Amino acid sequence: MIINHPLLGPRDASEFTYLGDASLIDRPDWQAENVSEAFYEYGYLRDNPAGEHQELWYHEAGDRSWLVVTRNTLTHEISKVELARDVARARGRSK
Amino acid sequence: MHDLVAITALGGTDPHVDTVGGVTCTEVPGVALASVAARMGQEDNTATSLAKLIDAPTPDIGRWAGTTISAFWAGPDQWMIEAPFDTHEALAEQVKTAMGDAASVTEQTDGWTRFDLNGDHIPAVLELLCQLDLRKLDPGSAARCSIHHIGCFVLCRTPESFSFYGPRSSAGSLHHALLTAMRSAL
Repeated sequence: MIINHPLLGPRDASEFTYLGDASLIDRPDWQAENVSEAFYEYGYLRDNPAGEHQELWYHEAGDRSWLVVTRNTLTHEISKVELARDVARARGRSK
Repeated sequence: MHDLVAITALGGTDPHVDTVGGVTCTEVPGVALASVAARMGQEDNTATSLAKLIDAPTPDIGRWAGTTISAFWAGPDQWMIEAPFDTHEALAEQVKTAMGDAASVTEQTDGWTRFDLNGDHIPAVLELLCQLDLRKLDPGSAARCSIHHIGCFVLCRTPESFSFYGPRSSAGSLHHALLTAMRSAL
């Protein structure tokens, strides 16, 4: 499998490590009213889609950037690769 | 009074030199290193200060540039700075002064060990060692890759001269990897 790194171009998947669902970017507000419920869902509940899935990959044997890879879990086709920091900032995260 | 003896990463008093089929692998201990990471919102200021420090345009993705003090790209808005140790022992301090509050600077000297390969047919050695696209690796290229599971930087100085940076604690393993590939390819 080849991951088309947004900065470095096509790189072999063996250079990357997989973390999991990209929803990990959306860390709940720790001061919210429903914080324990929100963190329970954040920590344990995952969708398991048969189809397009956004996931976090780490370019460990390369530039060490975190990526959000959109991959089809049925075909393994990768349709989009973005820097995770760009995705996080687009979702309103500042850090 | 302590009576300490300086040794290189491979444990010798002098840098290790190996020659196989016209290619020389030299241990290079005399390098000062510091890393630079731009702080959020300060990316442009960091790039400007860096260009002034190395007296050359700030290296773009996958490139290195500079003269006495040079920099190579290590990641998004991150660079490694290298300079001769003899004249720039306090490199991190110098880089921090140049960057001010725009970037975070970390001393890296002796965290890494460097081997230089000089000679013809180095790509033949490289293709046994790493997965980099060698057709794109021209003078000025700098890339991070895995060599025998060791995270290394590979810098192309000229087609006949390459530098390898690996973790100092894995110097022996990296040296073994380089020599094995040289004996096999050359």
